[in-house]
Amino acid sequence: MTEPLLRVRDLKTYFVTEHGSGTARAVDGVSFDLYPGETLGLVGESGCGKTVTSLSVLRLIPEPPGHIRPGSFIEFAGRNLLTLAPRELRAIRGNQIAMIFQEPMTSLNPVFTVGDQIAEAAIVHQRLSRRAARARAIEMLKLVGIPDPAQRVDHYPHQMSGGMRQRVMIAMALVCHPKVLIADEPTTALDVTIQAQILELLERLQAELGMAVMLITHDLGVVAGSADRVVVMYAGQVVEQAPTPDLFARPLHPYTVGLLASVPRLDAPSRARARLHGIPGQVPAASDWPGGCRFHPRCPYAWDRCREEEPPLLDASTGEPGSHTVRCWLLTEPQRRTGRPGS
Amino acid sequence: MTSSSALVDVQGLVKHFPGERAFFGLGRPRAVVRAVDDVSFAITSGQTLGLVGESGCGKSTVGRTILRLIEPDAGRVLMDGLNLLTLGGRELRALRRRMQIVFQDPYGSLNPRLTVRQTLAEPLAIHHLATGADAGRRIAALLEEVGLDPGFARSYAHELSGGQRQRVGIARALSVEPQFLVLDEPVSALDVSVQAQVLNLLADLQQRRRLTYLFIAHDLAVVKYIADDVAVMYLGKIVERAPAPRLYAAPRHPYTTSLLSAVPVPDPTAQRPRIVLTGDVPSPAHPPAGCPFHPRCPHPKKDARCHTEPPALREVAPGQLAACHYAEEPL
Repeated sequence: MTEPLLRVRDLKTYFVTEHGSGTARAVDGVSFDLYPGETLGLVGESGCGKTVTSLSVLRLIPEPPGHIRPGSFIEFAGRNLLTLAPRELRAIRGNQIAMIFQEPMTSLNPVFTVGDQIAEAAIVHQRLSRRAARARAIEMLKLVGIPDPAQRVDHYPHQMSGGMRQRVMIAMALVCHPKVLIADEPTTALDVTIQAQILELLERLQAELGMAVMLITHDLGVVAGSADRVVVMYAGQVVEQAPTPDLFARPLHPYTVGLLASVPRLDAPSRARARLHGIPGQVPAASDWPGGCRFHPRCPYAWDRCREEEPPLLDASTGEPGSHTVRCWLLTEPQRRTGRPGS
Repeated sequence: MTSSSALVDVQGLVKHFPGERAFFGLGRPRAVVRAVDDVSFAITSGQTLGLVGESGCGKSTVGRTILRLIEPDAGRVLMDGLNLLTLGGRELRALRRRMQIVFQDPYGSLNPRLTVRQTLAEPLAIHHLATGADAGRRIAALLEEVGLDPGFARSYAHELSGGQRQRVGIARALSVEPQFLVLDEPVSALDVSVQAQVLNLLADLQQRRRLTYLFIAHDLAVVKYIADDVAVMYLGKIVERAPAPRLYAAPRHPYTTSLLSAVPVPDPTAQRPRIVLTGDVPSPAHPPAGCPFHPRCPHPKKDARCHTEPPALREVAPGQLAACHYAEEPL
């Protein structure tokens, strides 16, 4: 395999909690690699730390209350982003690593035209003249499939629909042809027919521009259709990571298995009032992760060891070593999985 | 689905919102928004109708006009043969006890100043069902029925998770012993593992209490799990209505087909034809002439007739209705 473009190692992003009484360990020792040209899906439910992970990569965590712990390491193009001077960081952020956010309504500035907002990054990073930047903005609007780009460039965000605004966000992010695009729930606020348009657009642009995409989502369906590899997060940690076909064919962490069983599926046989297999309980608070394995209070297989000892990421690969890893003691005692859950 | 066995029978429901004047009320009035435009359906007692569509299609307005939380402009809503829309005073209140609503946002739909106990005691008092210790016992039983520890009665909404709040919202709706529930996107704000718990709870409650549901949702996969019949809305109109297995297996309206094909499936090996619709949903203030779906319609037979003649909702297969001139040749 080629060298990773982005290497995240033991990332810990903590927050001081509201009353100053404790520490929320939102991201707690996360490691993963992003390779050139691939789409990496970062999946998990609210509060698992997926968004904080992506914001940490760009150092967009508000400090205070947040801080990235010493010992964390985010390497991009041979440099640790966490120790860069602000000026050096700015040269990378929005230029080589760009981000699109979930909420296209609030992430655009209502008092500037979309053209101005797209052109800004090109003026700052590539020192284009205003005229050239405007031409670039029109070109970008055309690239993301907005009709009449020469007119639309002078429109304000409120004159556009949600899907159009998300296209503008993508145009803004891609104007400097970044090597890495971080897409945080890019389609969650959109209707399903518009979501399909945006996912198709991202796929096409990735192929045309050759960038790597970090796709953060709670939707396993979106991941199955778009990602090459998947990282599943729970309680601030990576609990499983694998190539997409492998993860869906052979999910091994009980949380991944439970998450997949929770999803109502359109491709399931039609049975009204069929039961879904949810995961009992709820995600614990980041200021109070359970000891041992963090999933043990909700796990149907948990035994003494799970309550006492935190499992490391264990290798479960059938192909290349390290390609499928799982944070679960079941890998050391697979016979326990066949027993009746909970007994 | 004969109307004789129907608990709820909605006929020709219409709700048009007047266009507001632009520029702080001084400008010219804007066009009328046809949020609900001649919608009819019946729900058999003990069954679930799934009402699906994208943002702005009018599905939530249908749910609210049925309960007269929004007054409709025309139509009839029959419950056990009584027209809810012409009732007043005491009769209306008696009928309303039998129909309740659960809202999407469990954060916005509970009063932050009330404890769970106060939230649940209010409807009991309003409908003269229970007070004092009697109310306390009923509240404890309700909380247990929705899977919450009765100790939650002392909690405030902000102390609860999203899933727990939604359970309280369901308990509140159940407190007055209704027969019919409007569930307006009841699980779409929840995480997927919690969503599964709440969907299972709704299915259990329906069986135990023989409830009738109108389940409003944008997620066709969720609806597949809970609905007996499904109606698909587009720009204020029902474009297709059928028993759920039929609608999912053999949709006849090109919008239904496109909507189904756009839902992502958590299976990377799935080989499904994907129809990506172009363009956005038009504004309901300016619906296209003819078939409202024609500007986005991918049907190869689309022709001049679709631009001019609005298709009627008609039976195209036993029990299956579709509003498309070419429903006999589905996509």
